[in-house]
Amino acid sequence: MKNKTSVLPQEGEARPSRCPDNSAFKQQRLPAWKPQLTIATVLSTFFVTGMLCLSVGVCLILSANSVREFQIDYSDKCSDCSELRENSSNWNKECHCSVNFTLEEDILGDVFMYYGLQNFYQNHRRYVLSRSDAQLLGENVNNSYCSPFTTYQNGTPMAPCGAIANSMFNDTIDLFYNLNSSVIQVPLLKTGNSWWTDKNVKFRNPKSYNLSSAFAGTARPPYWQKPVYLLDEEDERNNGYVNNDFIIWMRVSAFATFRNLYRRVSRIRQFANGLPAGNYTFNISYNFPVTKFKARKHVILSTVVWSGGSNPFLGIAYVVSGAAATLAGFVITAIHLKLRKRKTCFQK
Amino acid sequence: YLSLGRGKVKKKKKKNENKRVIISNLPFESKKWKENPNRYYGSNKIKTTKYTILTFLPKNIYEQFHRFANIYFVVIALLNFVPVVNAFQPEVSMIPICVIMAITAIKDVWEDFRRYKLDKEINHMGCYIYSREEHAYVEKCWKDVQVGDFVQLQCNETIPADILLLYSSDQNGICHLETANLDGETNLKQRQVVMGFSSQNTFFEPELFQNTIICEMPNNDLNKFKGYMEQPNHERVGFNIESLLLRGCTIRNTEVAIGIVIYAGHETKAMLNNNGPRYKRSKIERQMNMDIFLCVGLLFVMCLVGAVGHGIWTGSFSEHPPYDVPDENGEYLSPFLAGFYMFLTMIILLQVLIPISLYVSIELVKLGQVFLIHNDVDLYNEEADLPIQCRALNITEDLGQIQYIFSDKTGTLTENKMVFRRCTVDGIEFSHQENARRLETHKELDLDDEDFAKLQHFTLPPTNIETPDTYKQKTMRPLRRCQSARAHFQGHTRNRSLGRRDSNQSQVAFSSPIEKDVTPDSRLLRRVREAALQTENLSPFIHMKTSTSLTDFFLALAICNTVLVSTATEPRQRVTVPPPIKPSGITLEKIHQIFQRLKLASLSQSFSSSQSSSDLGASFSARNTEEQLAALDCCDNGNDCCASGRGDELQGKDSTDIGSASLDEVFKSVTNSSLPTDFCYEAESPDEAALVYAAQAYGFTLVSRTPEQVTVRLPQGTLLTFDILCTLGFDSVRKRMSVVVRHPLTKEIVVYTKGADSVIMDMLEDSAKDDISKEKKMKRIKEKTQKHLDYYARDGLRTLCIAKKVLNEDDFQKWANFRREAEAAIDNRDELLMETAQHLETKLTLLGATGIEDRLQDGVPDTIAALQEAGIQIWVLTGDKQETAVNIAYSCKLLNQRDTVFTINTESKETCESLLNLTLEEVRKNYEVEKPRRKFFGIIPASFASSEAPGPEFGLVIDGRTLNVIFQGGLEEKFLALTKHCHSVLCCRSTPLQKSMVAKLVRRQLKVMTLSIGDGANDVSMIQAADIGIGISGQEGMQAVMASDFAISRFKHLKKLLLVHGHWCYARLAKMVIYFFYKNVSYVNLLFWYQFFCGFSGSTMIDYWQMIFFNLFFTSVPPLLFGVLDRDVSAETLLGLPELYKNGQNSEIYNLSTFIITMLDAFYQSLVCFFVPYLTYEDSDIDVFSFGNPMNTISLLTILLHQALEMKTWTLFHLVTMIGSVVFYLVFSLIYNASCVLCNPPANPYWIMERQLSDPTFYLLCLITPVIALLPRFFIFALRGTIGTSLILKAQQLDKLPKGQQDLEIQKLRSRKQPTSVAAAVSHRDTESQRLSTSEVNPLRKQTPEKGYYFFNRWAEEESTATDPSAGPFCGHYPLVPSRVTTPGQDSGKLTKGNVNNFNHGSHRRSVSAVTL
Repeated sequence: MKNKTSVLPQEGEARPSRCPDNSAFKQQRLPAWKPQLTIATVLSTFFVTGMLCLSVGVCLILSANSVREFQIDYSDKCSDCSELRENSSNWNKECHCSVNFTLEEDILGDVFMYYGLQNFYQNHRRYVLSRSDAQLLGENVNNSYCSPFTTYQNGTPMAPCGAIANSMFNDTIDLFYNLNSSVIQVPLLKTGNSWWTDKNVKFRNPKSYNLSSAFAGTARPPYWQKPVYLLDEEDERNNGYVNNDFIIWMRVSAFATFRNLYRRVSRIRQFANGLPAGNYTFNISYNFPVTKFKARKHVILSTVVWSGGSNPFLGIAYVVSGAAATLAGFVITAIHLKLRKRKTCFQK
Repeated sequence: YLSLGRGKVKKKKKKNENKRVIISNLPFESKKWKENPNRYYGSNKIKTTKYTILTFLPKNIYEQFHRFANIYFVVIALLNFVPVVNAFQPEVSMIPICVIMAITAIKDVWEDFRRYKLDKEINHMGCYIYSREEHAYVEKCWKDVQVGDFVQLQCNETIPADILLLYSSDQNGICHLETANLDGETNLKQRQVVMGFSSQNTFFEPELFQNTIICEMPNNDLNKFKGYMEQPNHERVGFNIESLLLRGCTIRNTEVAIGIVIYAGHETKAMLNNNGPRYKRSKIERQMNMDIFLCVGLLFVMCLVGAVGHGIWTGSFSEHPPYDVPDENGEYLSPFLAGFYMFLTMIILLQVLIPISLYVSIELVKLGQVFLIHNDVDLYNEEADLPIQCRALNITEDLGQIQYIFSDKTGTLTENKMVFRRCTVDGIEFSHQENARRLETHKELDLDDEDFAKLQHFTLPPTNIETPDTYKQKTMRPLRRCQSARAHFQGHTRNRSLGRRDSNQSQVAFSSPIEKDVTPDSRLLRRVREAALQTENLSPFIHMKTSTSLTDFFLALAICNTVLVSTATEPRQRVTVPPPIKPSGITLEKIHQIFQRLKLASLSQSFSSSQSSSDLGASFSARNTEEQLAALDCCDNGNDCCASGRGDELQGKDSTDIGSASLDEVFKSVTNSSLPTDFCYEAESPDEAALVYAAQAYGFTLVSRTPEQVTVRLPQGTLLTFDILCTLGFDSVRKRMSVVVRHPLTKEIVVYTKGADSVIMDMLEDSAKDDISKEKKMKRIKEKTQKHLDYYARDGLRTLCIAKKVLNEDDFQKWANFRREAEAAIDNRDELLMETAQHLETKLTLLGATGIEDRLQDGVPDTIAALQEAGIQIWVLTGDKQETAVNIAYSCKLLNQRDTVFTINTESKETCESLLNLTLEEVRKNYEVEKPRRKFFGIIPASFASSEAPGPEFGLVIDGRTLNVIFQGGLEEKFLALTKHCHSVLCCRSTPLQKSMVAKLVRRQLKVMTLSIGDGANDVSMIQAADIGIGISGQEGMQAVMASDFAISRFKHLKKLLLVHGHWCYARLAKMVIYFFYKNVSYVNLLFWYQFFCGFSGSTMIDYWQMIFFNLFFTSVPPLLFGVLDRDVSAETLLGLPELYKNGQNSEIYNLSTFIITMLDAFYQSLVCFFVPYLTYEDSDIDVFSFGNPMNTISLLTILLHQALEMKTWTLFHLVTMIGSVVFYLVFSLIYNASCVLCNPPANPYWIMERQLSDPTFYLLCLITPVIALLPRFFIFALRGTIGTSLILKAQQLDKLPKGQQDLEIQKLRSRKQPTSVAAAVSHRDTESQRLSTSEVNPLRKQTPEKGYYFFNRWAEEESTATDPSAGPFCGHYPLVPSRVTTPGQDSGKLTKGNVNNFNHGSHRRSVSAVTL
């Protein structure tokens, strides 16, 4: 009977007992916390969550309301320019237009100038992938990801390659402040708008004694008007791949409607506190065609707060969910009270 | 090499027509090995591993591709290599499937390595093989043994291969085998040297072996083997399984055995029988596969949406925008083609919708579950040192969904420890009161040990306590206790038994102290002594017939069996010759006789001594029995029952009083005489051993047995050696066995037959033609014995009839010739043997009958009650008699005294059909009564619906014949319809085939989860037919265990296995599976929603590495841990409230509706997780990955918090893995994002996480989104907790309470249902009984015993009859159960004596009208 199941009966006598360990783990008796949905925990959870969300939400809404934002759609305002751009053969013809607007009140604090695109699917899968991070890091590689914007038919590689770079937003926008019939150009900062890591780690110009030699043997992308080493002729450190506008464009947007930081208002002189109220003009060099694929272009002036931009959604979400939680708490309280009465009379 | 060899073996097979030819290897040793015809046979090296180092990779991959899901994922990964449709980088997309397959491969390697180590160990065991060079046996490893080698085996050695026995040191050429390793049977088997070799008493010389052995090809039949040996002179000697030593068995009691290897290694019978673990698919997995198809459908729809959307979106442009990138040649796809490609891309993108890691996770979780089940101390049997064995690794959760249990009776519900209880000789019943009391103490001892004893009060229906009629039980219980306490010789017995337990005998089957120590009945003992004295005086036929029948009876008990004897002092040493006192001369015998006479004289002196007052209690209960039986006896004679009953009672009283007074002494004398040489009996069936022990108790000790002789020591010490002329073994067709012996004193040829009463009774001598008075007497004895037998059966005893027949020499010679012919016959040998046996076993003289009790295992009633309460229908399928089975059913609470029991016994189809219809109608009527009640409760929320009245419960008793009719007559559906309403079904007299047919029928037709539990070979087919087979590793070998999925050692373990582990495993796995679906859908949907914002272009906003890791690492461990460790309700509560089991039974956690709800929730959560960030970042300068990163984080948090909501148990492990997952995610993301400038071209998520972590919006998002996503779920949980108090929730609340309060609450919960059910049952039964009394003939035997009378056994019955004299005479018509019908007015709680009388009469009338067809 005893050595019935042993494989080697010789061991029968010496074999230790097969009794399992009486340890807490093996007997599934580990000390455990068993969360229980009692009425107290449930109600406190609901009410505490509700209250917290409501208060956070109110704070968020208040702070989002403090954001001043001005947005103007200039895709139609420069209709002749847009018509010109619809024909791609006119690519090298310059076209300027100006948009006037009035700020009713001061925009105080740091003012950011964005260009916004609507219905421009930067997040298209093949578009997103059509780039070469290695090339942008200054490495000389021939990357197949950029295809078909890798090389020209004669074999000259494009620098930078890929569809993203090729379709770079190339309008230039200047802001003028019309103060008592005098026109003052608002000083705008074109550097420091991109992520520090992008500018210093992710993007590098090829190593050479100067930029033009660095890009020798390469050609600009087909849609571009000038080669990459001429993106910013004034500032050597903002030229080539490390050009701010280029870096920002290369960070592809998540949605079809998006904005990209273009400039920051330099807080000097009369703009030390931001943009004062008054009449302004955007002088736009209109290069980027959008109308043929039903996209739109905006220019946006905005401030930011700790919680982000002017989007009030997060605050609303907090308030609504806070309200919902509180309401749920009340509902449960009501049900509980009602049931408790009934239960007691049934149990008797 | 092995495969090569096998190939050649196959070739040979064709040539040799399924014959294997073996010659000695010795002539070919070393030099001419290539000429050896044996070289093609497989060597003895075993290899159970699946792989080698070289073949592992291809073979394992090949095996893994058998799984559909793996192929699916590989195809998708390959699809990724097609440039037009790829969604991810192809190389990266291989990672998940590779990881999954690698984990599976590692698991396989580990398992294979364990097998390898075990193989190695076995292969290197040593044995002795004859070598020609050395002219001696040299030690070699097992693996080097070849077919044709000569192996020398010593005592206690394990046999290395299948060996044909050629020599044994035993003078008779016998070798003893222990086959425990093979089939678990612990009794020794005899093996015989091949005939022609046994006569050679000289030592066997292998070098002289010139014979050729021709035998059958290797097969897995352990009981069949045949072949012949061709000697050099072309003489053929046949042999069979009796000469084959099987690999893995152990040599016992034989110094040396030598044989030639016939089969080696994998071709041995043991290895061919070893089929490894079984694979079954559990119910959850079946459901899961269906849901996976639903997921595939969902995937298809989503991909279609993507494809159509992309087509339309592409087509909407008049001119291609710059973001629509052309292909390499600068060309654009047509919208239709783009749409088509997008469909494929989307499949790749959304592939995770089908949970890739689910299969491997389930496997891991099940391993963990099995580990925990295996380690449960409560399922460990200390006595046998056996924990539970989980043989099937992948159906743990099925344990939680069982709806039907099919159980064997003997050895499963009962202990299969056969205990001799009573006997009747010559129509006189001997009740063995003392023995009964001894057993009672044992039972009490057992009860003390019982683990669940503390829980027992839960299982007793509380209503019983209040009912007025339970006072009987109350008063009766202490009385019985006091009786057993007073019997002071109890202690003696117990001490002895305790002392013995330590000795080596415990390894012999069927020899536990409780089986061995039979306390003789004093009255019988006295008579036996008288009778024996007469026998000794060589005057067997002069005096009373009774005395000779008595000796014959006990001789038959001692002889008529196949029990082997070994001594206790030297274990496992077979006794073939009576060692200490040989019957050498008459002088020794005479001395003994004198000695005995002296002893007897002193005995009779003690008879006169006055009665000791302390034995009053004992005599009291003894008298009751006597009275009972006396009443029985006199009713047969048709005399005045009461008067003669009284007289008999008085007589009985006297005799027992005297008996018990001197019993101590008598007992001592008996034990003294039997103690010095304490024999150990090894029997194939427990009944046999029990009878031999019983005979021993009366001094008829079986001393030795050889195939030719059997020696019995008579009470006086005389040794009688009978020559065995023939043994007709037991078989299930004849249901009896016989032994033909020559009596040493009278030289008569006597046939002793022992068998089932139904068979023996038919074969008794019709009538003695010469003597009318004798005939009358015989008839009376027969009738009385039949009465007693019925009585035994009702008491749950197993009955056997003992009969004898005296043959004259001529008749026997005639028959013997006939028999020899039959044995020699080649064709239809079996039939001929059967015929000869039947020829002999006729015209028998009835000696008596025995009642053997097969005691209920402890905890069985409790377990059955709990399982029934858990909503499991329990069917008992047994080969036993109906009465026995029904009574066991009552005593183990399978049938309740409140139940209405239908019995269907018929052999004609028409009656069966009408019976089924009638019964069905009746049952349905009941349910119609129930219906309005049910509807009324249906309106009320779940909490009250759960307490609805279950109504009266029905039991069904059916026998094997009726089952046959049902199966053959196509009445299965009606039968099932009926059984659906019965909470327990009892199938008696059923064959193994019927058992499995019933199990299959229920499983297939009702589509329910079934479990079969059994312990014997006859349960194997049933065990295999059910969804879960459970084997009880008991006394009847290992066949059942081998066939089972789980092996337990006690029936009571089933309670915890099902109610706790089953529930847990089901709840864990179901929740885990559903969680996996949820997790994948809610995550993948994020990608899907994004498609609506990127022109259905297949963009992903989450970096692919992070996506892969999300499923593989960040969210994989918590659900795994959850699947192994979560406890929704504590074990104590689960045991206390068996109803909780219904949760799993009804698949409440994982079914289609919960699946759909979870899917909807997953959709909702993914919508929240997508759109909250979307709306937050809308119209901002967010880039793709910066948008995806918070979404990934949010998703992770939501998914983990969802898990946290589901988890009911938080241990340190849980907390660590939960927090660890989040921390791991953050750390990984930070490192990855900081280092990945170029690692993942073309788009690298560089510095995203770092940037996000410095943004307050990120934190705000991470806070609010999980809240919004989980708020509805939490709200519903809260609502459920407040309104619908489901039982599970209540149980969870109970867990929180302190211990005492918890018990109280559990009882409260349980009692809440009881009053309603009883009320319903009672009210219904009123109408029922009225209907019954009006009906003229009711073909159903129907019992509706009074409520609360739940503790039934025979002694209780006696108690009640004793207190109520008018109820005493039942006029012989004893209904199966105390047939007490609830009379009108009983529910008001008043039970008067008049009422008792009334319904007794009623019951009488009913049982007359109840015709069993």
